[in-house]
Amino acid sequence: MTQPASMRNIAPARRRLQQINPVYFVLAVLIVAIAVSNPSFVEPTGYMNFLKRAAPLAILAAGQIYVIVSGGFDLSVGSLITLTVVGSSMLLNNNADATWWVILVMYVIGALVGLINGLVVSYLRVPSLIATLGMMITLNGVAFMWSSGSPRGYLPETFRYFGRVNIQGVPLIQFLPVALIALVMVGATFYWLMHRTNFGRMLHAIGDNPRAAKMSGVPVERVRVLAFMVSAFSAVTAGILLGGFAGVSTDVGIGYELQAITATVIGGAQLLGGRGSVPASIAGALTLTAIFTLLNFVGLPKPTRDVVQGVILIAAVVLATYRRNRTGT
Amino acid sequence: MTQLPIIEMRGITKSFPGVKALCGVSFAAYPGEVHALAGENGAGKSTLMKVLSGVYLPNDGAIVVAGKERHFKHPLDAIEAGISVIYQEFSLLPERTVAENIFLGREPTRCGIVDRRAMETEARRVVALFGEAQHIEPDALVADLDVASQQLVEIAKAVSLDAKVIVMDEPTAALNETECEALFALVEMLKKRGTAIVYITHRMREITKLADRVTVLKDGWTAASYDHVPTPDTIVHAMVGRDIGDYYAEPATAQEIGALVLSVRNAGNDQLKNISFDIKAGEIVGFAGLQGAGRVALARALFGAAPFTKGEVTLAGQSARFQSPREAIRAGVGLLPGDRKGEALVLMQSVSDNGMLTARALSNLAGHDKATRFASTTSMDALLRQVDVRAGNFSQEIKSLSGGNQQKTIVARWLSLDPKLLIFIEPTRGIDVNAKAGIYHLMRELARKGAAIMMVSSDLPEVLGTADRVLVMRLGELAGEFARGATEAQIMLAATGEKVGAA
Repeated sequence: MTQPASMRNIAPARRRLQQINPVYFVLAVLIVAIAVSNPSFVEPTGYMNFLKRAAPLAILAAGQIYVIVSGGFDLSVGSLITLTVVGSSMLLNNNADATWWVILVMYVIGALVGLINGLVVSYLRVPSLIATLGMMITLNGVAFMWSSGSPRGYLPETFRYFGRVNIQGVPLIQFLPVALIALVMVGATFYWLMHRTNFGRMLHAIGDNPRAAKMSGVPVERVRVLAFMVSAFSAVTAGILLGGFAGVSTDVGIGYELQAITATVIGGAQLLGGRGSVPASIAGALTLTAIFTLLNFVGLPKPTRDVVQGVILIAAVVLATYRRNRTGT
Repeated sequence: MTQLPIIEMRGITKSFPGVKALCGVSFAAYPGEVHALAGENGAGKSTLMKVLSGVYLPNDGAIVVAGKERHFKHPLDAIEAGISVIYQEFSLLPERTVAENIFLGREPTRCGIVDRRAMETEARRVVALFGEAQHIEPDALVADLDVASQQLVEIAKAVSLDAKVIVMDEPTAALNETECEALFALVEMLKKRGTAIVYITHRMREITKLADRVTVLKDGWTAASYDHVPTPDTIVHAMVGRDIGDYYAEPATAQEIGALVLSVRNAGNDQLKNISFDIKAGEIVGFAGLQGAGRVALARALFGAAPFTKGEVTLAGQSARFQSPREAIRAGVGLLPGDRKGEALVLMQSVSDNGMLTARALSNLAGHDKATRFASTTSMDALLRQVDVRAGNFSQEIKSLSGGNQQKTIVARWLSLDPKLLIFIEPTRGIDVNAKAGIYHLMRELARKGAAIMMVSSDLPEVLGTADRVLVMRLGELAGEFARGATEAQIMLAATGEKVGAA
């Protein structure tokens, strides 16, 4: 069917407004709502803590969008977070001096997980949903076995630095969480890689039409493997922040994979690939966190949060589809 | 004409905000006649037929059916009035049987249960009208049928609905030569039954062969209307508003043909046998043959998409049995697939991104996407303008462009890499006359600049008009070679391996 003809001739100003991703408006509205219901939010302690809390999910969403744009899903990130936290606590064994090499080991493990995900999807042609679901179950098992079910409930301060510490005495904002610095750095790098490089453009192409990409000379398999590695990198980073923020437990990563996917969808990503943006995914993660914060203020329990997240996920897809049909973009 | 028209459209005007799609178009269809509706893409043919079939409400004008003025508010109203439209994209349910599709939405029932037997009997009766050669089983799944048979199901549906007028929108677009012949026979049969056929097409040959009247639309106006069939030149002139004496480009002169570029010796794979031929720089070599004769398989083998398993291939002296498209592209081979949407375009991306795709794919992964080793966005814009891609701007999605402009974008994609060998598969399928001429001239220009060009096309006049040399394939082998100036009959003879009548 052709697009509705009524939208073909809308005024340019309105058109430009429509091209701005609606997630930014939604986020702005939510921030105002939080500020109204809780005036202390406009103090640095309020919004900085919000950003600090949102940082792991935002980083995770910024990585997940790579896999989404390539036309897949990465369900293994939640359990990779768990593995990062549990594995770090086991390797560190309360030895603060080991922090640096343990972090390095975690990134190597992450790279391997991403590599395996990518290879299985690209060369063994297992749908990414299944491949990463398998990886998710496997990693959860590994984390459990590694800690024998009872992780050490302690991570040294040097490790918790990234997720917990606020740099004090910063002009204007008083303090700056390290987690926020991490988010800005990862966000900027991922933005550049997705929207300013050949890799990012090819990622869009393989998600849009893998057959055409292949016939145009795109190294489809290599690009896809890299997408999974970027996602795994973001999961390890999120894991390090969460370990610092929340401490050690075997369920720290649970549900994060779905939250990350929800965040990308709120950010207007096309499920099944071809369209998506890193900043909009980060905004999606902030939006999701803002909604949870609001619900918290209102005093709704966790199960309600899950219901809301589910409804939002569906609503976001419906709205995106509707908007795409209307604007013909 | 003493007969009354079955349907008559008078002064139909239809505008969309900002666009006037139809301006006072009149059109009539008479029983037992084929009325050809010609015009370039965007001329308003489809809009006119959508008004006729009740999809769009006209802003002005009247539709008269059997002497009575009607206002169709819904496609069902039109179907009830005996108007059936067969669109290019069939509206069949692939996982249902032929009979179920024919009776979709009006299944005969007995005691509230679908009467399968009645359905199949009626389906069998309708299909039988098409004759022995066109047999399809009522209980076959539509997904298992080829395109020609699926079209047959659509026609059967129309006949079973007792349609007085059947509109066919470019019915031969996806058919091969034999299937086309079968379709033409079917159209003749429907004519004899008194059905009025509205036949939308670009192809002059089909108009000459089938039509009784011709109406040409251009930019929403009736450009010309004939109660007879004028010469193809007259029709094309009305369609494009200019003469097309320069429709095909000049052939290559002896000086323009240069060094050997591609040489294939005894090459083959499971679809190809014993293939040997050469292409020189500056030369356009056309590949003719029936559907499935191996022309596309050969192109894909050269491009590494379905590699040769034996034989020798050299490209500019280097061994060139490529195992993947990427390898072939690196060595200087480009291919424009026949299935543009499926194999060439990334539809959600911009025109510019589509043009840049291969240049980016061959450059450094972490390199800047606006300035690759092979092209920058600025040089790509220049290329897109050079090949005359018409778009509001090159950052709009390629989806919104016409087929011809999409195809030119793909040409620009390859131009940025300066390929030694460029393979075109069905380069003008589904694009309008003006854009076709543009593509022919582009191909020649490329050849003049020293590229070797291989063109696979099922449009025989196109092959004869463009190629400097024609190779004919049959059953996976080369079956003949003709210099420029061969006739269609000679080529068909080689392609079928038997005597053919005047086609």
